[in-house]
Amino acid sequence: MAKKVKFLQGNEAVCEGALYAGCTFYAGYPITPSTEVAEVLAARLPKIGGRFIQMEDELAAMAATLGGSIAGKKSLTATSGPGMSLKMENLGYGYLTEVPCVIVNVMRGGPSTGLPTGPGQSDVMQARWGTHGDHPCIALTPSTVQEQLNETVRAFNLAEKYRMPVILLTDEIIGHMREAVEIPEPGDLPVIDRKRPTCDPKDYLPYKPEADGVAPMADFGSGYRYHITGLNHLPDGFPSNDGKLAQADEIRQQKKVDDNYDEIVVVDEMMCDDAEILIFAFGSTARSAKEAVQMARAEGIKVGLLRPLTIWPFPDKHLAKYAGKVKRVIVPEMNLGQTALEVERVMKGQPAVEGIFQIDSEPINPVTILNKIKGGK
Amino acid sequence: MAKAEKIEIYANLCKGCEICVELCPVDALEMKDFKAAVKDLDKCIACMQCELRCPDFAIEVYKK
Amino acid sequence: MAYDYSKYLRAGKIPHIWCPGCGYGIIMKSMIRAIDGLGWDKNEVVMTSGIGCASRLPGYIDANTLHTTHGRSLAFATGVKVANPKLKVIAMGGDGDMTAIGGNHFIHACRRNIDITCFVFNNYIYGMTGGQYSPTTPKGSRATTAPYGNSDNQFDIAQLAMGAGATFVARTTTYHAVPMEKLMKQALEHKGFSVVEIIAGCPTGYGRKNKLASPAGMIEWQKDHSVAIAQWEKMSDEEKAGKFPIGVLHEVNKPEYVEAYDANVGLS
Ligand SMILES: Cc1ncc(C[n+]2csc(CCOP(=O)(O)OP(=O)(O)O)c2C)c(N)n1
Ligand code: SF4
Ligand code: SF4
Ligand code: SF4
Ligand SMILES: [Mg+2]
Repeated sequence: MAKKVKFLQGNEAVCEGALYAGCTFYAGYPITPSTEVAEVLAARLPKIGGRFIQMEDELAAMAATLGGSIAGKKSLTATSGPGMSLKMENLGYGYLTEVPCVIVNVMRGGPSTGLPTGPGQSDVMQARWGTHGDHPCIALTPSTVQEQLNETVRAFNLAEKYRMPVILLTDEIIGHMREAVEIPEPGDLPVIDRKRPTCDPKDYLPYKPEADGVAPMADFGSGYRYHITGLNHLPDGFPSNDGKLAQADEIRQQKKVDDNYDEIVVVDEMMCDDAEILIFAFGSTARSAKEAVQMARAEGIKVGLLRPLTIWPFPDKHLAKYAGKVKRVIVPEMNLGQTALEVERVMKGQPAVEGIFQIDSEPINPVTILNKIKGGK
Repeated sequence: MAKAEKIEIYANLCKGCEICVELCPVDALEMKDFKAAVKDLDKCIACMQCELRCPDFAIEVYKK
Repeated sequence: MAYDYSKYLRAGKIPHIWCPGCGYGIIMKSMIRAIDGLGWDKNEVVMTSGIGCASRLPGYIDANTLHTTHGRSLAFATGVKVANPKLKVIAMGGDGDMTAIGGNHFIHACRRNIDITCFVFNNYIYGMTGGQYSPTTPKGSRATTAPYGNSDNQFDIAQLAMGAGATFVARTTTYHAVPMEKLMKQALEHKGFSVVEIIAGCPTGYGRKNKLASPAGMIEWQKDHSVAIAQWEKMSDEEKAGKFPIGVLHEVNKPEYVEAYDANVGLS
């Protein structure tokens, strides 16, 4: 049967993905270039029995998103640059308290108000380390409008499965571009719901992990009365000052992600098998990189593209296969070398990383990448 | 005037803040070893203010 | 029979962390009696708080409790309430929590008139961090960060709430343990955003610095400086100086946020 195809804007596709995944609550604060996500969901959510709220700022938006999830609803918020900075405090709360939700960051130029209407990719390290403290992190980086949809579904699934906030790290170019998108039918893509407790409420321990490292999470109001706190806590949810236990719990949380690398990390490897030159690029930059690779291949140059759909956890295992194997590795990105640092860490100088770093609010031109491949400037 | 049958003070809960002692309208309580204690049960008019104002669940008045 | 608080307290959590003579224990007891008096099902009660001594209260209550980040109690509470309006949501925090770092959330929760009950514990100080001045610290009072006396102007929390659109606003003190319980009940029953400002003593952070060291003395001070609203309205400006009104200060009925939203978007 022919699939339903819609011509969608990237930000709209995020909304389609969220609704497909079962999102019924959105709390946000408008900011370019993410605002369409809020606008579309303000119209769509009530139609499926969900609710939308525009909060007073992004601190509140992140808080309300977590509150909605604690009340049992799959919750989403979307923002850009300055808004992402404001979300950081409560995003950290979401990690420590293990509350599933999805945060969309449509990256623009920065810091501060920066270049509000142009694209950027400078929030890669912020996504990983923006909030204080050690914590696990999952961030997904779609490159097409179709992936905006599919990766949003995946973001919700990962959030629900691992009981943690998940970031969709996209950018202005993909957020605002229009492409034909296949709308999945129910059942086409998996949809995962969080584990909820089935035990007697008096035996419920909200932070006692099961074999998979994840504890079932009860909705507030479902009869499991429990305590949630941003202080380090014991399996029963109540605060503890025991540093050793706090450390063990943080490590357990980190392991939820580390131990499931194979499931979480998705990478698209294009023409990498015989590649002598490897391009590492994500998001909209990967589109330019793909074109550059095709042009170079047409000229007989053995170049491949490694395109992570999961940027955090960093695709170490996938990338490490090429260390010592390829002669060159090139990292184009719309920042001054953030993922390049990670690539360098994994490649260990074999070979050294060559960057194409650009923060002029323009997409990186495929020709720029091609020139680099060909050894030009 | 109402009277109290007994006044229970839980030493394990009492933090010795003296609120109950100082605010008792009839001076029925006192401090002993940094904890509240009953000085004169007969004086107590069972106004319940000590129980209501104890921040620590440490004093209970049982009315006659 | 003495009142049995234990059915609303989590087993094994008392004694609480508050200092000897801290007014918060008095507030907690009034709050428990108010909720009990309404016969609310604990499974439906959600309590949120920010960070500070005040915000430790929900941890002691056998309900759905959410101890959040500094100032964000109402923002989390709003998410919970909008996502599941059947829940009875009570948000609380200190004067710093609600009117400094959380001031924006406070005024907007008032404006929306969302059906949340907000208890603000006003001890005129940042208690938890050791006694720095807050937006309600009286002018001239000492604080660790106001060694020469506080030069800031003060917020009147109740007036702030009224100005921002809260539909039920009351003030009480820890001297008034029983009236406090009644006001809390009224606030909890009110449909829409209700605020109760509760003046409480912080003997450790505020009292010591301001020669009000005795907890009982702080409670007496509350009695001496508070005036029932009916009487307040008859007083001259000179008589009002240095005093504050208590009781129900404002009560109106307006459409509640979630109900209005649902009606507007065709959800109800
Ligand atoms: C973002 C942030 N800034 C500062 C603090 C430090 N802090 C913790 S509690 C507090 C003030 C608490 O005062 P108040 O809200 O009046 O509550 P009280 O302790 O007096 O009950 C401060 C400044 C914090 N926890 N988080
Ligand atoms: S009020 Fe309570 S804690 Fe304070 S002295 Fe009396 S019994 Fe002890
Ligand atoms: S009940 Fe009243 S009179 Fe009796 S001890 Fe307590 S405060 Fe004093
Ligand atoms: S510091 Fe003040 S507010 Fe905090 S527990 Fe002690 S007395 Fe109470
Ligand atoms: Mg305070």
